[in-house]
Amino acid sequence: MSEWVVDARELTKVYQMGEVQVHALRGLSLKIKPGEVISIMGPSGSGKSTLMNMLGCLDIPTSGEYLLDGESVSDMNDNQLADIRNRKVGFVFQSFNLLPRSTALTNVELPLRYSKSNGKDRRKKAYEALEAVGLADRVNHRPNELSGGQQQRVALARAIVTNPSIIMADEPSGNLDSKSGDEIMELLLNLNKERGATLIIVTHDPEIAEHTERVVHILDGAVVEGEK
Amino acid sequence: MNIFQSIGEAIESLNANKMRSALTILGIVIGVAAVIALMGIGSGTQNVITDEINNIGTNLIYVTSGGDADHPEPLTLEDAAAIADPSRAPSVIYVAPTLQGNASVAVTGESTTTQILGITPEFYEVQNTNVAEGIQINQELVESRATVVLLGVDVAEALFDTTTGLVGESVRINGQPFKVIGVLESEGGSAFQNTDDRVLIPLTTAQDRVLRRPNRGQVDLIYVQSSSSESVPPAIDEVSQILRSRHRSTLGVDDFDIISTQSFIDAAETITGVFTIFLGGIAGISLLVGGIGIMNIMLVTVVERTKEIGLRKAMGARKRDILTQFLTESALLSLSGGLIGILLGYLLATAIGQIAAASGTPIAPAIDINSILLATLFSAAIGLFFGLYPANRAANLEPVEALRAE
Repeated sequence: MSEWVVDARELTKVYQMGEVQVHALRGLSLKIKPGEVISIMGPSGSGKSTLMNMLGCLDIPTSGEYLLDGESVSDMNDNQLADIRNRKVGFVFQSFNLLPRSTALTNVELPLRYSKSNGKDRRKKAYEALEAVGLADRVNHRPNELSGGQQQRVALARAIVTNPSIIMADEPSGNLDSKSGDEIMELLLNLNKERGATLIIVTHDPEIAEHTERVVHILDGAVVEGEK
Repeated sequence: MNIFQSIGEAIESLNANKMRSALTILGIVIGVAAVIALMGIGSGTQNVITDEINNIGTNLIYVTSGGDADHPEPLTLEDAAAIADPSRAPSVIYVAPTLQGNASVAVTGESTTTQILGITPEFYEVQNTNVAEGIQINQELVESRATVVLLGVDVAEALFDTTTGLVGESVRINGQPFKVIGVLESEGGSAFQNTDDRVLIPLTTAQDRVLRRPNRGQVDLIYVQSSSSESVPPAIDEVSQILRSRHRSTLGVDDFDIISTQSFIDAAETITGVFTIFLGGIAGISLLVGGIGIMNIMLVTVVERTKEIGLRKAMGARKRDILTQFLTESALLSLSGGLIGILLGYLLATAIGQIAAASGTPIAPAIDINSILLATLFSAAIGLFFGLYPANRAANLEPVEALRAE
């Protein structure tokens, strides 16, 4: 196991918007230790989302080097990216992004369907993940039969079911009332402690950032402040 | 993802939008049903025609005067006798010269106009005509120029309101008295002729009294039966040779026509074949329209589910996984449309067959396993083909962009 689970060096990302070049990232470097809990903060347009896409292997940088768990992501093709996302990244979205017509169990199984695994094994792992988020009694419920907090917990189960190296949470409590939001945050931190998965929370809520060990502030595509 | 998971997911997703799925496949359902029904009726019609011609006998040849000559010499009894000579025409087994025409047949108070055939006993061999009661016209009656008549059942019905107990009755043909010696067996109508609506009299009697022709010994139509279906072509050659030498016709210009039942079958099959392809083609257009309908809906589906596609990609779905997912959905849509269409087409063809039977033209729709297989494969292929573009669009969505969609 390498020293850093996330090792991003001098990342730049340039988008071509018509005739204008937009520099979303300007030589951003970031290192994260395994098991660390960090939050990434920044105003809109700061390159926060772009960074999240890079770290989550949804996109590759224009230049620079990104090592996720020792694997170089920068030069990967679409299929390799899909593969590494499947194995090493768990996503939690602000709007849950559950498949509306599928049960909680099927939703949690989804990442496993794109990996090499048999059906029985999948079912077992998905059930365990739902147990871990405290929804063992809701496995056959569809999203519209669950509260917002419960839906986000299903999404959490889906993020951890593959035992990923990092969990990317984008405003995980943004669509929830404060009580459910707190519960989700607590659950995330617990999962981090119990499973040792690195937790990266993207947020603009300072209160949430306070829960994390480290806060990274992004402005104009670069890190302005590393430590709390 | 293996194929079973894909099919399972596709069924789940199509099930979630039942109304839309149903409406989408309607085009395919109607298209396939139309193809199946029309093809079934087309080949059913072909079978009916072929069967009817086969009933006449596939080893029959019809010889008439005519051909390409300006002034064709009429056929005569001598011509028929020459054709019947086994040393000159070894492929021929029966020769039946006939006179044919229409005349009025009457009893007191009733009258009908019907077809009169002047025949010789060989006629029964070439036409398989039997009497229901009474006796056939035999050689003796022909030689004695007897004024006797065999009635077809329709004629008997028209004149006497019955088809039995008529032997010994007397009718008038063109005003001349004839004695009824029998009633023909009913053969039922066919698409070409009604063999029940005619009367048979001895050929010689017809020549003398009813169907007078300008030349002595002239006949209208000679039925020639060859020994088998295979010997029809040599029989045609032999008959042609005999008539050419007898009529001394100009080289290359025959003054007679020879038609075999095989040529009827060929012509009928060509016509119904073209007819069937034509109907199938029209129905095929609706399949095409159905396919475009599927493409349209799949495009809408892809747009609607952009976020889902983004999510799946974030979870590790490859391009191929997404492509497979959407192709499976469209193929499954189209295939289920096809299967329902086959069922509907079958019912439709059966219903049309029933209606045809009820209106007196029995057509047994022939839907063979080939056309079912073809329709199944074709509808699946339509789904794949028209699903390819939308599925490809879905597969090529950028995960970042797709996740951002609302």
